[in-house]
Amino acid sequence: MIDSKEKIAKILFASCALISIIITLSILIFMIVLGLPLFKQDHLFSVWSEQWIPHQGMYGILPMIAGTLWIAFPATALSFPLSLGTSFVMIGLGNRRIRQSLYVLIRFMTGIPTIIYGFVGIFLLVPLIRESLGGAGMCVLAAVIVLSVMISPAMILFFSDALASVNPHYVKTARALGATRVQCLMYVLVPESIGGIISGFILAFGRAIGDTLIALMLAGNAIQIPWNVLDPARTMTAHIALVNAADFDSLAFRSIFACGITLYLLTAIATLFVRYLVQIKEFKSE
Amino acid sequence: MREMLEKAVIIFSWAMTILLVIIVATFLGYLLMKGIPSIGSELIFGSTAPLEAIRMKARVFDGLFPAIVGTVYLVILSTGMAIPIGICSGIYLAEYASPGIKHLSGLTFDILAGVPSIVIGLFGFCGAVFLHHHFYHEFGPCLLISAISLAILVLPYIVKSTQTSLESLPPFIRKTGIALGANKLQNLIYILIPQAMPCLISGIILAIGRCAEDTAVILLTGAVATAGIPSSLLSQYEALPFYIYYISNQYTNQSELNSGYGACLILLGICVVLFILTFGIQKQLNYRMLYRR
Repeated sequence: MIDSKEKIAKILFASCALISIIITLSILIFMIVLGLPLFKQDHLFSVWSEQWIPHQGMYGILPMIAGTLWIAFPATALSFPLSLGTSFVMIGLGNRRIRQSLYVLIRFMTGIPTIIYGFVGIFLLVPLIRESLGGAGMCVLAAVIVLSVMISPAMILFFSDALASVNPHYVKTARALGATRVQCLMYVLVPESIGGIISGFILAFGRAIGDTLIALMLAGNAIQIPWNVLDPARTMTAHIALVNAADFDSLAFRSIFACGITLYLLTAIATLFVRYLVQIKEFKSE
Repeated sequence: MREMLEKAVIIFSWAMTILLVIIVATFLGYLLMKGIPSIGSELIFGSTAPLEAIRMKARVFDGLFPAIVGTVYLVILSTGMAIPIGICSGIYLAEYASPGIKHLSGLTFDILAGVPSIVIGLFGFCGAVFLHHHFYHEFGPCLLISAISLAILVLPYIVKSTQTSLESLPPFIRKTGIALGANKLQNLIYILIPQAMPCLISGIILAIGRCAEDTAVILLTGAVATAGIPSSLLSQYEALPFYIYYISNQYTNQSELNSGYGACLILLGICVVLFILTFGIQKQLNYRMLYRR
């Protein structure tokens, strides 16, 4: 009796796991199947390398890729010093009370919905940029600033987790030898957790690439390669969000799948690379 | 030279921390300043009597009530799907799976967790269009499709939090039940799961938060600006985050804009409540484990 219960439970758990894994894989397969026509008609590379000129039949997603990189990379780079400094204070430099209240604040920030960052960005930052720097206001710069604030709490948590996972014996030894807090941080914690800091940066970059709402609301969505921070741009995510269901079989619509596949691959590569870094670390510590 | 560098690091770190605090304070201050005046029963129920609206007797036309109800439906449906499947998968991976399967599934769930939510939304959208073309022409983007897509979005988080919470239990807890004669399933149900409960629950609350706040998925899968309270799983619906998005680029007058700020505050309020719940549960666990130095 008990045996059969065990078996049923095991089958139940296993089938749930199977369903979860199938769902994950089906998303990639679905995207490839629907995007396939793009790749068949000699479009394999032109999709990624062409401009977007509909009346010449060119539906390349190059401007969207450029827009994504123009927004995601500066945002991550801008967020990096902010996050690193804050995580230093949170792990090493502040006293107990400051560290705890910072931790609460950062955890709270991760819970703020993206849409609210976007909303405040539109009505607070965009007019500011329009009046002080000129242009329409909806531009790469606005999206970069808001996005960098949006991803910083996640980046801070990645960094502080990495710093906090350094073997406590090392820290105690350093402190016993007379190292100050900042010395302990600079010569023990940071060198020991450099891998974790790199992973944190990559994960945050992945989030910046994957974010839809901030770019959609703040970057202006013009299909062109931006040359200036005050130019509008459209990211791949925003391109998908602006889908028009009326023409399901057109090439313009197919370009959405090209964006979807590119995003999937980019984030999957980032994930794989981070896992690889973690494995190296585990291998070393063994 | 070294001392200079050390001083520079200290100054840099504190400057960045203060900058971050100032940014957050400006952000929240601005939102509160603009939003608080519009908070009131007007904002939620418009000109309809609140009691009538809550009992679904009268439709609310100029308030946020339908959007709030839509968001609640969405959260209940999507977590209702994701939680049982996610927790069972997590249990399987933590307790039964071989190392090879663990590795493979860890990989797939990591990838799924990293996929942008808009891509999941696109998946749901295509599913709806596919069903519309091939099976049932009344079918289109709707509450059900959104709920399924959101469930897919939060599934990896639930699986991973379940798996880690079980795997991080100390070995002696695992052995005690077995030593006293419990079999594997009894050990799991009576000892391991209750012990892992706080972690499990905080994972679930995080998933609820994501369902409530995500906009990219519902943007593609059936949220619309005016739909009223959804009458069935196959009807379109309103939701708070979508309403905020809609107002931000379609508002026509000041009072609509004010209701946008109000909606932001309500959504933020929901997230604050969820945050306090998770934090209360996790505080004892995580802070001591990670940040005790």
